[in-house]
Amino acid sequence: MNGIDAALRIEEDGCVSIFMSKVEVGQGLKIALAQIAAEELDVDFSRVCIVRADTAFSADASYTAGSNSIQTVGEWVRRAAASARHCMVQQVADAWGVDVDALCVENGWIRERGGARKMGYGELMGGKAFNRPLIDDVRCKDPQAYRIVGRAVRGADMVAKVTGGGEFIQDLDLPGMVHGRVVRPPGLHHILIDVDRAALEQMPGVLAVVRDGSFLGVIAEREEQAIAASAVARARSAWKRNDPLPPSESLYEQLRHGEGQALRVVDGAPVEGEVDEPRVPPDAVKTLRARYCRPFHLHASLGPSAALAEWRDDSVLVWSHTQGVFPLRGALAQVLGVDVDAVRVQHVEGSGCYGHNGADDVALDAALLARALPGRPVRVQWMREDEHAWEACGSAMLLEMQASLDAEGVIVDWNHDVWSYTHSGRPRAAEGASNLLAAWHLQKPLPRHQPRPGGGSHGGIHRNADPLYSFARRRVVKHFVRDNPLRVSALRGLGAYGNVFAIESFMDELALAAQCDPLDFRLRHLDDERACAVLKAAAEKAGWRRGVQRGGSEDGRGMGLGFAQYKNEKCYAAVIAQVQVIDGHIHLERLVVAADAGQIVNPDGMANQLEGGVVQAASWTLCEQVRYGPWGIESRDWDTYPILRFDQVPEVDTVLIDRPGQPSKGCGEAAQGPTPAAMANAVFAACGARLRDIPFTAPKVRAALPLSG
Amino acid sequence: MSETIRLRVNGSEREVGTGPEVPLLYALRNDLGLKGAKYGCGLEQCGACKVLIDGEALPSCKMPVREAVGREIVTVEGLGTVGQLHPVQRAFVEESAAQCGYCTAGLVIGAVALLEKNPHPTNAQIGAALARHLCRCGAHSRVLKAVRRAAAEMAR
Repeated sequence: MNGIDAALRIEEDGCVSIFMSKVEVGQGLKIALAQIAAEELDVDFSRVCIVRADTAFSADASYTAGSNSIQTVGEWVRRAAASARHCMVQQVADAWGVDVDALCVENGWIRERGGARKMGYGELMGGKAFNRPLIDDVRCKDPQAYRIVGRAVRGADMVAKVTGGGEFIQDLDLPGMVHGRVVRPPGLHHILIDVDRAALEQMPGVLAVVRDGSFLGVIAEREEQAIAASAVARARSAWKRNDPLPPSESLYEQLRHGEGQALRVVDGAPVEGEVDEPRVPPDAVKTLRARYCRPFHLHASLGPSAALAEWRDDSVLVWSHTQGVFPLRGALAQVLGVDVDAVRVQHVEGSGCYGHNGADDVALDAALLARALPGRPVRVQWMREDEHAWEACGSAMLLEMQASLDAEGVIVDWNHDVWSYTHSGRPRAAEGASNLLAAWHLQKPLPRHQPRPGGGSHGGIHRNADPLYSFARRRVVKHFVRDNPLRVSALRGLGAYGNVFAIESFMDELALAAQCDPLDFRLRHLDDERACAVLKAAAEKAGWRRGVQRGGSEDGRGMGLGFAQYKNEKCYAAVIAQVQVIDGHIHLERLVVAADAGQIVNPDGMANQLEGGVVQAASWTLCEQVRYGPWGIESRDWDTYPILRFDQVPEVDTVLIDRPGQPSKGCGEAAQGPTPAAMANAVFAACGARLRDIPFTAPKVRAALPLSG
Repeated sequence: MSETIRLRVNGSEREVGTGPEVPLLYALRNDLGLKGAKYGCGLEQCGACKVLIDGEALPSCKMPVREAVGREIVTVEGLGTVGQLHPVQRAFVEESAAQCGYCTAGLVIGAVALLEKNPHPTNAQIGAALARHLCRCGAHSRVLKAVRRAAAEMAR
């Protein structure tokens, strides 16, 4: 399908089906798209039905990533809906022999102004195809006339979630379904020598034991039987150890000196050529240097990844919570050695997804296992340990900053050097390599894709490395480091989390050196009015008290600020954290986030994304660090990888700045960078400890406290 | 073959086909089709699998089925219906207290158990009661609001 028909269909009852080309991952995309379609078509919101992405009929919109969906797919749905409306009105006008201006649309009915004639969308189209391309210059509604876009839609999909009818992929239950589990190697690079198949095959309910090289899995009639068999398989298998990982204790030194490539970043994008060293300009009065770092983090979805697969006649149907049904289809076909047309991927929602987690990998697991049992849908869910130990992590980062102030307290020279591994390891179909986990373990393995430094505006490592501030001179360098010890890929915000943490912490260090209030210091270096507006809005909401922030307060409380515009072109976000520090323990009392994402589609959805963004970023910053040893990740559950809990979360306030007529932008990643900086700056205000090393544990706070007296 | 085990779930006697040592969660989800309780960790660490057992919110991911025999089990499906939600369920809907919703059923169960025991909890008591529930999307402040809303409504 193409044109209007790829985006929507008018059903016989007048309901509108919208065909998702991106996917819902808990970010509220379905609701926002339904609002946009309902608005342009003038139908009630409740009459829009969202159809999940499916390679059999969806448009290929690649991955749901980068906070792009509302901007790209939202605009596509808007134009498709406006085109559909235009076509329908034109058709009725032709049939009745009247001018289109003589007609109006009310709640899915095309009516004659001042007349009695009317025609319902359903009666007119009744499931028929439009067979028309999107109209290039179609007139969309004037944003001033919006009634549905901009209205807070609350709880639209909540009833199912509170009554157990959520239909997550983990809940999918198909006729004849059986259960699979995969037995991952005990270490990252271990090789399977032998497994006691006979013992496994005698276990109750076991239908198949699948081994292909070091890929090992079992299928059983019942889920608990598959789990029991996988435990026995683990116990009754022999594995050969391979090269150990480099020691985690020296991670940041490995990053600083690892092999790779250094690239200047100019206007947000890397450029080839010489990379010079930082220097101190002649007009510098003060020059500061600081080093910041962030460890590996996990996506750690609450629901371990799951997939179903069923083979019939050399074709496989896969149900997956992937972020991209088409890229996954290509990557699966390559590993399975079949034509892409033999693979169909249907999206089913999973547990919250914050980037490239195990969703794609478990889809391959299911397809590999199901091949042993054609005609039966095989459901595979990873165990908690599988998810923690085998999903791709967010990349560790090391940042070295240097900046110089002139006599007026203005930054005249700015240097940002960031070292990191790739932030992009998603599956894609390409010759001779695969980013799907099980592909590395097969008898004829496909090696992982060799990571390369990404290009483009605000790509992974250099995402938000180039700040929005106006500086007389800036030097931004990305140091791509090739050999990542742990598997890494896209985690919410990618490099923006570490880059903005460093930039915005350093801005506070410079503000102190310039004897300036941190808010005023930022405004001094900003020309962008929308940026200034979010900063001021956050400050007003939080009750920011202006003054030089010298570090430390009588009651151990402090406020700190962080700001960025995601990728310098999406949502603006300013975050203010309020903390109290007691004996090195940070009590995060409040987070205020002010944001401008252009024209707001669903204020409640936007607030929800921002709230979730600041809380998750706060969790990364306070609690989280992937622990690993010679054989892989040792953070394998919620005790060894703690996250922020209900008795630790702060009060969260959002301020939404609506910009009618401005393009709507995604906001799901906007707060990831500003939040850690706001927290570090707040801790400094509270107790004088300048934290540059995430996570902010109590021993680190105590070690950073200024010497008393 | 293992003998049939009978459980009392959401007010009815139900038969399940698991062995006595199998965690209750699998019997609820796979034998009885009650998919509200979720597998999150299998370690009693995250709360996604909680159900009410004799009024207490307990994780079902490790508890052997035999331990649940003879006890009153209530899952999120048994609290209310789509047309007639339990006040806690209604409060979660009204506050849009979720993003993905994977942790939601467990949280609703946790909140119901809390409000049964303590109809007027302080914020700190709500936080403490839900401290063994995890939410990865960061919907915490909405969940806390929903519990306060439900408490207010149930007191009326």
